[in-house]
Amino acid sequence: MSDQAVDYHPMWAELGLDLPMHDALLEAVGGMYGATFMTQNNRPEGTGYLDFVMGEVHGLRIKELHDFRKAGGKVVGTYCLYVPEELIRAAGAWSIGICAGAEWAYDQVEQILPRNTCALIKSMMGFKLGKVCPYLEEADLLIGETTCDGKKKAYEELGKLQNLYVMELPQMKRAKDVAFWRSELVDLIAKLEELTGNTITAESLKASIREVNDKRRALQRVNAARAAVPTPISGLDSLLAVQVAFYDDVPRFTKMMNTLADELEKRVADGIGVAPKGAKRVLITGTPMALPNWKLHQIVETAGGVVVGEEMCTGSRYFEKLVDEGGATIEDMLDDLAAKYLDINCACFTPNDGRLDDVVRMARELNADGVIDYSLQFCGTYQIESTAVQKTVRDAGLPVLSIDTDYSAEDVGQLSTRVEAFLEML
Amino acid sequence: MRVLGLDIGSRSVDAVWLEDGRMVDWAVADSGFDPGSAAAVFVDRAAHDAIVSTGYGRHGARERFGGTAVTEITAYGVGAARLFPHASSVLDIGGQDTKVISLGPGGKVTDFEMNDKCAAGTGKFLEVMARALGFTLEEMAEQGIAASTGVSISSMCTVFAESEVTGLVHRGEDRARIARGLHESIAKRTLSSLKRVNAQGPLVFAGGVAKNPAMVALITDGFAGEVLVPAEAQIVGAYGAALSLAE
Repeated sequence: MSDQAVDYHPMWAELGLDLPMHDALLEAVGGMYGATFMTQNNRPEGTGYLDFVMGEVHGLRIKELHDFRKAGGKVVGTYCLYVPEELIRAAGAWSIGICAGAEWAYDQVEQILPRNTCALIKSMMGFKLGKVCPYLEEADLLIGETTCDGKKKAYEELGKLQNLYVMELPQMKRAKDVAFWRSELVDLIAKLEELTGNTITAESLKASIREVNDKRRALQRVNAARAAVPTPISGLDSLLAVQVAFYDDVPRFTKMMNTLADELEKRVADGIGVAPKGAKRVLITGTPMALPNWKLHQIVETAGGVVVGEEMCTGSRYFEKLVDEGGATIEDMLDDLAAKYLDINCACFTPNDGRLDDVVRMARELNADGVIDYSLQFCGTYQIESTAVQKTVRDAGLPVLSIDTDYSAEDVGQLSTRVEAFLEML
Repeated sequence: MRVLGLDIGSRSVDAVWLEDGRMVDWAVADSGFDPGSAAAVFVDRAAHDAIVSTGYGRHGARERFGGTAVTEITAYGVGAARLFPHASSVLDIGGQDTKVISLGPGGKVTDFEMNDKCAAGTGKFLEVMARALGFTLEEMAEQGIAASTGVSISSMCTVFAESEVTGLVHRGEDRARIARGLHESIAKRTLSSLKRVNAQGPLVFAGGVAKNPAMVALITDGFAGEVLVPAEAQIVGAYGAALSLAE
């Protein structure tokens, strides 16, 4: 991140970034990346692509967006995987998942949002107020969603600073909710067509459904390999792959992940693992871990464990379910999209028993020795659901550790003790 | 074989020497501002074949003195189960952490809970409150036992509770009743933590705060099963750490 051959400062200045603060951010993230990822042993070669992409996270990728926009393209920023990338791409725009995984400019954030707001939302505002996120500045439109109260209300404030459109996500999964969500997709099409000047056709939508499914299929392959004992790839690298999936070029990323999956499948066949023999295997479930939030994975893997799966929006919920590819007309495809997206099991839904089933099923499929239930402090939906998750996991005969934390480093000592004790217990 | 167990905690450094699994000596020192040096004194004191460190300074000690490290949770589990083979659970209230541990057959940890960020309801909390009341820790415990009823303290945060206590003192509230209230609030919090891990009796109450008679009385009173306090409650972690090597 520090030894870029090209100087991107003129581009960042053009975007209106706060250059000294942005330099400080890149240096901090670069240092964290080096200490977290480059110190791992026995990484698959295919992770080199992730190193490259992260090294150019505010460089080459921003240049691509910049050039795309200069040629008339539109960039749409999103904060949640319920916002269908397929529709954005079918309108000829690019979808970028905006990251919100680091403590930044909280002093400014706390003038607008209460202190007891979750780290994800504070970070989302902090990157905007601190003028350090080039993705935000490249976004012609941001799309929010009514997943939780905190985000819903924070979007009102964010919307004062940038062009923002909010989709209403229902919070139950009855037939009438699916129908309502479908109507939200119809409205989104109108919004996207207005933004881009393009019309979404059956052909463009069919192609984008296929393309995004291909990305999910590649990630499915990478993650299926993790079920092997020993597991061929670290939890850190697997988490990073999904975090990168939110903003990287889709066909290129798909290709690189399939290459990585080829390598992982070969490693599995050869019995090559990434962690020491006998390393305890952990499934993590809970609140999404936005880039660059690697805190819990790093603690687990530094303590000698290995994370074999993430039941979270930056994990299985992102890639596990595909959109049906049989639809011929836009109407059919809207039905398929609405059905797929409302089938994601986020804690903002009630009831959300599907998630409990997913956790136990994944723990078994991935040969996990234990489950860590992870919530961001002040994320009420996941914190409350934690009780049911813990009970379900225990009833299934698996040990569970529940962790409530944020992006700061102040509790790393105590978290390490708890995680190490949990691994010793397994 | 001689094994040295070291428990490097926030308030004290504890050492236990085992010879073929039997304790032959033990010692306790203040952590002070340089717990590593306090531990070095113990390392140099007698010959040993292996060292196992526990406590928040375990990784530093492992790097400095060699040997291995285990968490306090495993160490307290092993130590308590060896002292009381029929124990089903362990409560350890130390200088800045509280841990509740459920034990399975053979003293294996089956579940645990530990305070996350702050030192609410730990030894540190009691120290700060004693100072606010103008008591020593021993006096505060004696006064707490002597008072028949306690003043209800609503805050568990050390900083907020200190303000609350200051307010009560200024209003002329009896210091003994405040002392009782403070112990009661820690006991209440601790008992609910024990319920969450479904801790069954007999419960081994260890750690520095187990030397406080007011806390022992309140926990014994509120816990459904038998409560056992080791004679040297502070060294259970170091003892368990040393034992864990053999196990």
